[in-house]
Amino acid sequence: MVDRKYIPLLVTIGLFILMFLAGSLRYPGFFSLQVFMNLLIDNAFLLIVAVGMTFVILSGGIDLSVGSVVALTTMLSASLITEAGWPPAAVIPLVLAVGILFGWMMGAIIHYFQIQPFIVTLAGMFLARGLCYVISINTITISHPFYTHMALAKIRLPGGSFISISVVIALLVVALAVYLAHYTRFGRNTYAIGGHESSAVLMGLPVGRTKMLVYAFSGFCSSLGGVVFTFYMLSGYGLHTVGLELDAIAAVVIGGTLLTGGSGYVIGTFFGVLIQGVIQTIITFEGTLSSWWTKMVIGLLLFLFILLQRIFTARSTRSQSV
Amino acid sequence: MSVRWWNKPLFWPLAVFGLLLLLNLIFKPEFFAIRYQNGHLYGSLIDILNFGSPLAIVAIGMTLVIATRGIDLSVGSLVAISGAMACLTISRGDDQHALSLVLTAVLLALLVSIALGLWNGLLVAGAGIQPIIATLILMVAGRGIAQLITSGQIITVTSKPYNFIGAGWLMTLPFSVYLAAAVFLFAAWMTRKTSLGMFIEAIGCNPTASRLAGIRSRSILLAVYMFCALCAGIAGLITSSNVSSADGNNAGLWIELDAILAVVIGGTSLSGGRFSLTGTLAGALLIQTLTTTIYMLGVPPEITLVVKAFVVLAVCLIQSPSFRRSLTRGIPWSPAASGQEVSRHG
Amino acid sequence: MSENRPMLQMSGIHKRFPGVHALNDVRFRMFAGEVHALMGENGAGKSTLIKVLTGVYPVDEGSVEWEGRPLHLRSPLEAQQAGISTVYQEINLCPNLSVAENIFIGREPRKFGKISWKAMNRAAEALLAERLNVKLDVTKPLDTYSVAVQQLVAIARALNISARLLILDEPTSSLDRDETNKLFEVMRHLKKQGLAILFVTHFLDQVYEVSDRITILRNGRFVGEYLTDELPRVELVQKMIGKDLELLGGMPKRTAAPGEAKPPYLRASGLGRKGGVEPFDLTIGSGEIVGLAGLLGSGRTETARLLFGADRADQGRLVIEGREIRLDSPRKAIDRGIAFCSENRKTEGIIEDLTVRENIILALQAHRGWFRALSRRRQEEIADEYIRALDIKPPDPEQFIRNLSGGNQQKVILARWLLMNPRLLILDEPTRGIDVGAKAEIQKLVLSLSGEGMAVLFISSELEEVVRVSSRIAVLRDRRHVRHLTGDDIQQTTIMQAIAGG
Repeated sequence: MVDRKYIPLLVTIGLFILMFLAGSLRYPGFFSLQVFMNLLIDNAFLLIVAVGMTFVILSGGIDLSVGSVVALTTMLSASLITEAGWPPAAVIPLVLAVGILFGWMMGAIIHYFQIQPFIVTLAGMFLARGLCYVISINTITISHPFYTHMALAKIRLPGGSFISISVVIALLVVALAVYLAHYTRFGRNTYAIGGHESSAVLMGLPVGRTKMLVYAFSGFCSSLGGVVFTFYMLSGYGLHTVGLELDAIAAVVIGGTLLTGGSGYVIGTFFGVLIQGVIQTIITFEGTLSSWWTKMVIGLLLFLFILLQRIFTARSTRSQSV
Repeated sequence: MSVRWWNKPLFWPLAVFGLLLLLNLIFKPEFFAIRYQNGHLYGSLIDILNFGSPLAIVAIGMTLVIATRGIDLSVGSLVAISGAMACLTISRGDDQHALSLVLTAVLLALLVSIALGLWNGLLVAGAGIQPIIATLILMVAGRGIAQLITSGQIITVTSKPYNFIGAGWLMTLPFSVYLAAAVFLFAAWMTRKTSLGMFIEAIGCNPTASRLAGIRSRSILLAVYMFCALCAGIAGLITSSNVSSADGNNAGLWIELDAILAVVIGGTSLSGGRFSLTGTLAGALLIQTLTTTIYMLGVPPEITLVVKAFVVLAVCLIQSPSFRRSLTRGIPWSPAASGQEVSRHG
Repeated sequence: MSENRPMLQMSGIHKRFPGVHALNDVRFRMFAGEVHALMGENGAGKSTLIKVLTGVYPVDEGSVEWEGRPLHLRSPLEAQQAGISTVYQEINLCPNLSVAENIFIGREPRKFGKISWKAMNRAAEALLAERLNVKLDVTKPLDTYSVAVQQLVAIARALNISARLLILDEPTSSLDRDETNKLFEVMRHLKKQGLAILFVTHFLDQVYEVSDRITILRNGRFVGEYLTDELPRVELVQKMIGKDLELLGGMPKRTAAPGEAKPPYLRASGLGRKGGVEPFDLTIGSGEIVGLAGLLGSGRTETARLLFGADRADQGRLVIEGREIRLDSPRKAIDRGIAFCSENRKTEGIIEDLTVRENIILALQAHRGWFRALSRRRQEEIADEYIRALDIKPPDPEQFIRNLSGGNQQKVILARWLLMNPRLLILDEPTRGIDVGAKAEIQKLVLSLSGEGMAVLFISSELEEVVRVSSRIAVLRDRRHVRHLTGDDIQQTTIMQAIAGG
């Protein structure tokens, strides 16, 4: 009845609904639209970053630099705005361009020199984080009215709840990504490369160009996520978002995307992020548990999903003897 | 036909190492000063050995995993778990200075590490999950487990025997250096005096041929992941005993990356096969020297990360055949993927 | 059926690689609306010719004319654009994408820059229905379909890129009877549309079933082009293997060994594996050398792999030294005293990073376990012994095996298995790539080992060898054991007739 390829996505969505309902049953005040909206408000930046990560993983690669690029973005923004007095209208396009360039360069090295994405993006992570510290070891606060406005503005929705502007940005990015993934040749080529790279080459697809674009897109998402994070934190700091890449990868995997590439949906990542948010919210509501429980639950979910993925792929491919 | 000297795997790390030493010699000769005080040797060179021991130990375990064409991303979490386990046990005891208590704590911590290594190994060898994915699980969940053990606090202990592991001295040198040496010698003996080393290289180089030749791939993979976890456990004991406390959040943070870097610098390829424990030691030493040099030269330590980034990149580029080809030919490279890699015989 | 002017005309083609003249003055042509089979044994130059045709290699000398104009290809992409498409044995498509996508990717129909899935799916269905006479749900992922269907999709993609010459490289290797019939239907349908189809296969029966024309290559040279109807099967086999029936009458025969009263070392009954080899019976006795003869791809290696546990059998029984056993891993087979020297030394034999010495002792060491390591001195002794015995060059046990020539690498792998002193030694093309003198040495070695009681299963494409050493021969054709030869029947003529069948 249901197309086999949608099963991982449905499992993820089902899991989210289950968790939200569980929370609602257990805690008064949980089952409200605002609680759901808060999930989006608090995790808007993660959602944007994870969307970029989705494309990278779909292409069969990985990007470990996203957390550091977010931090670098906050640092650059804060330093330019607070210390150099630049206007946001100049700063924001600049940091986005930096993110795109950064990603594109990593993609180029990965493709032209055939070095594993893991190591290249690892170097990228070191580099970005290091550049943060070069700018400043300490926090730089941002008090520019534009940023404070973005941080505090509430968009009222019919029904009494509200969301932040960041949420709108995040949702726009998700929509853009869905369009790219399903209605552009770039998106389809990404799936092809992740599915079977050597075939993609033989089929004449522009593998190199696509790969570099994928990493550039991830860089863009990282820097855009950084901009949104700046609205959230109103500061630039080298220790921001340490380990964010793991959260992003977890969101993508829990969202049903295969880590080996070629299979998965952006919408899945959306729910993967929501699931992380819901776990965090439940723990906050619980009050007595420390936030480190989040990591364990996410780790457990990761394990279950990876195991499921493995069983899935092992059954569809005929088991070969060596 | 012998390998050109600049192609020999140990050349580049040693060259960079020499360069660093040179820099120090020129700008801060005190770098090489060694003082003898209270029966201990002090000095920057000693610091490098001391602080580099945990990294060296983890890197040794990582070398064997990488040699089998695998990777272990969870070692950082394992470091945290091991320290947490030990400190928890000691803090629960009546007399924290009691040797028996400390030994029990150490044993427990190492057993837990080995068990987690077995978990990783089962995922890889039993369930056939890609190593990078399999160990990612413990990497993420492991921090949570460490926090669970410490109940979210930083556990402090006051225990002379325990503190000795990380901060003690033995015959003028820090005790941790002896631990590192012991782990290295053990690994070297196991891999070269028995045929384990050859089997590991065979599995990493050509798993198909290895299976057809009758090598027990499954048990070797399990052993390798367990050993890597054990190494992480030992390193965890050293780092936590050094500060007499266990921090589930920060202990061993990103040590997996440094370890992988040390292995790669040391000449072992990420795609498995021939490995070099000596190379790994050199790599770990190099990374530590880098950190210390930067500190000694008064350069802001944040630069370390930037330098590390370039070192990683440089090493990988040098090891990449496409890069070497483009250098020797001097023409714009055409990556192998865009056409067919022409095989020499039809 | 065929037009007067060929679509493709290749003449005077030469292609050389270091140490081998792969194509030596080869001629080849194809006509529109025909299925043309290209046949040849190992080293014949088939795959080189195809790689030249598809732009993987440039020609050294010779001319290629395509649709009346000279053709100079620099890459496979250019070949595709010129109208020459290949469907390989390993389906080069993306299994995670849908059927329609696989056909269209890279050129998906778009409306205002946005991919139109409806248009793509409709076009894919139409293409499959009209040109291949196939009905499929084109929205399902490719990997939900069998290999046979995936192949048809690959063909559809080629057609979509306006292929006028379609190369099918061993398309029927993984297909069953029904799927093969379907493929042949499709091929006939395409023929009627004017396509030229180059059919590369080892299956003799299939060549006679579906092809119109046959070209034979041998040792890099052009042997001949024939209309299928005018070439009897035995002649085809002869020309491929290179023996003239009349001349062989007087060759010396090996005297058959006296009848063995002992129970056989190994008895296989109805042993088979889907996609590998049809169920067969085979017995091998101690001190016997049983040969497997047949063309490339006839199922000899598959037979060997079943007997070694490298592949798991779907059906049948295996009895070794009186005890029934299920061999599901090479380790089990090795413990039982079986050794297997694979024909794919690069992927299944040599461990590149290791030295000659280490490669030689590898199996023995694996058998002893990791702890009881052979001492370095003992290892060197063993290595020197075998380097001398097999004349391995260069005679340096510390040399990395990747630096040795193919033939010498083969000798190292042979040494590895001889060292095991097995009770059954399975040799798959042990003398391939080895010079004539060494070949004779190895054959003598095999004979003397069997004289000492070792059972041997000897697989070789060179009939002379098989005849010289075997006391019994199982002949295979098209993945089936078709005949058993003993005594006076062990001659090249009989073998060839058995292979040709018909």
